[in-house]
Amino acid sequence: MWKTLRQIARTGIVSEPPPPPEDELRIAEALQSRILQVLGRALCIRAIDAGSCNGCELEIHALNNPLYNIEQLGIRFVASPRHADLLLITGPVAKNMEIAVRRAYDATPDPKLVVAVGDCGCTGGIFGQSYASCGRVSNVIPVDVAIPGCPPGPRRILAGILTAISRPAPG
Amino acid sequence: MDLRRWFDGAAEQPGSNGRGVIAGAPGILGLPVERDQWQQAAEDMAAQDGRLLALWASRDGRGEDLVRAAFMADSRVLVLTLAVRESGGPYPGIEELFPGAGRMQRAVADLNGLRAAGADPRRWLRHAAWPESFHPLIDANAPPPATPAIDDYPFVSVSGDGVHEIPVGPIHAGIIEPGHFRFSVVGEKVLRLEERLGYVHKGIERRFTELALLDGQRLAARVSGDSAVAFSWSYCQALEGMAGAQPPARAAALRALALELERLANHLGDLGAIGNDAGFAFGLAQFSRLKERLLRTTEQALGQRYLMDFVVPGGTRVDLGSDQAAPLAQCVAAIRVEIERLRTIYDEHAGLRARFSGAGVVTPALARQLGLIGLAGRASGQPFDVRCDMPCDPYGALMPQRAVRTEGDVAARVAVRFDEAIESARMLQQLVRQMPAGAHHAPISLPNPGASGIGLIEGWRGPVLVALEAGGGGMIRRCHPHDPSWLNWPVLEHAIIDNIVPDFPLINKSFNLSYSGHDL
Repeated sequence: MWKTLRQIARTGIVSEPPPPPEDELRIAEALQSRILQVLGRALCIRAIDAGSCNGCELEIHALNNPLYNIEQLGIRFVASPRHADLLLITGPVAKNMEIAVRRAYDATPDPKLVVAVGDCGCTGGIFGQSYASCGRVSNVIPVDVAIPGCPPGPRRILAGILTAISRPAPG
Repeated sequence: MDLRRWFDGAAEQPGSNGRGVIAGAPGILGLPVERDQWQQAAEDMAAQDGRLLALWASRDGRGEDLVRAAFMADSRVLVLTLAVRESGGPYPGIEELFPGAGRMQRAVADLNGLRAAGADPRRWLRHAAWPESFHPLIDANAPPPATPAIDDYPFVSVSGDGVHEIPVGPIHAGIIEPGHFRFSVVGEKVLRLEERLGYVHKGIERRFTELALLDGQRLAARVSGDSAVAFSWSYCQALEGMAGAQPPARAAALRALALELERLANHLGDLGAIGNDAGFAFGLAQFSRLKERLLRTTEQALGQRYLMDFVVPGGTRVDLGSDQAAPLAQCVAAIRVEIERLRTIYDEHAGLRARFSGAGVVTPALARQLGLIGLAGRASGQPFDVRCDMPCDPYGALMPQRAVRTEGDVAARVAVRFDEAIESARMLQQLVRQMPAGAHHAPISLPNPGASGIGLIEGWRGPVLVALEAGGGGMIRRCHPHDPSWLNWPVLEHAIIDNIVPDFPLINKSFNLSYSGHDL
């Protein structure tokens, strides 16, 4: 036990301040103020891999590490879309996942937000549209914020999530 | 027949139609066979401790369908090629000899329309998203987009007093890839698990045929993002072999640097996540902190946190700057010290020991029978490691230490990760110290249309095989990327038997298999 405690003490607090929101990631119209009032900064996220190569998942996982420490911002990942305010979706939507993604969207209570992560989520990426791929996430469900990158780093993903729950800068 | 005679037969009269030394990774021989030889070779392989690596199909330049199977024995790989003529009916299946072949044969039926005799008739990668008659690797015209129907997959059901089913997925309750697990349980005890995969099938093999040979490594790196270096290196190894090119010594060393960074990063992530799944959040916090440190240093040194675009035909995209070598070596050295320290904490933690030991056991005998491979195989006494047994440059000089356990439980898979992480750190330090001078890239010429090659690289999960064929105009005619998860997914179904449902996440994580790499 003392070794564990010593390691905790040795490590100290390594969490870093979060990045500012980035309006250029916004692809939908400005959010209704009602949504912001409901959600505030306490946000529950349901992550859905709709067909990714699993690269984006690795970077979403990193949001939970002590450096990004997403829970310090009042944001956490939940196990069911019924508990979620925001769906964080990776990958081109594989045809074999299309029904599951639609159902998860329908199961998420209103008001809800959708953030597409990665080049594939934004455009279909290298996989594109095909007999097996629906391409970008917005081909299947409405998307509010899209975060490019292959994979986007954790700070970029965090900025995208914070963009979704913040008001656009004036002008 | 002695396996040596199969290899000797392949080495004789090398030349056309897939006979002789195959370009790409060292030690791969090809042999075109007739039906009876196909069957006989598979039987001999099974009887003499040979392993199946991969089974796939392609259509050659003359429109003939070929089924190909790669076996590994005696530190060599034999690739059989069987021409399947339309009149001949189904080709002989090898699932009874190599259980792991079952799903590969079903995928060949889905994608190439070729059926194995006696195979499970259920579709595997095709669910209901495209017409049953469409075979994506054979039929030129893709069906028009349509919203898929819901299909009714006939799972094997278990009946008896008190038996019930727990369906899980495709979307799982975490940040995980999608797939479906059907548990048949009594109380908390698992009687049977049946997996259904294919949800993230996104048409990778057909997509390859639309890409240029010199561009395919980008898609290869995205077959399974956590193994980007292994897949892109394996692809480039095949391509360079076909083009008769030898990348510079510095490029080989940089690729090994990238591959070991990838292995170390994944092992750090898994060690934390496995600890967390056993209720030890401290482990996740510590190991994910170390992983983040490694990724940031990797980005500084080589330009990306995950090296999706590092390995390119002819070498690497960027060089390791002279000012970056020392910080990289220091970071790895510091992480190595911390891994040793955390290992003591894991080893001495009674709670972790209780959860890890005896959970999800795959005995060496079962592992051998089912063909368990890679990291999970080494935790069950199957010592094969491409880096040791069939080393390409620079692994001959690096002399990696093989990590092998025989207990076959979660504890053994954790121990192998610790051993391999520390060994990767050692090799990384050596690579930085002894990095050869010279160019990190040398342009390669295009291989001739019709040329083919195979790459084989030990990724962090296990051997990654890429079979590549050149078409005309510098394009890819066929590329089959093969993840070790194909062989290990079916073994997970056995590992969970008689364990309790709440231990499944822990056991599953200790294998950490790829969905995307399998579903393609």
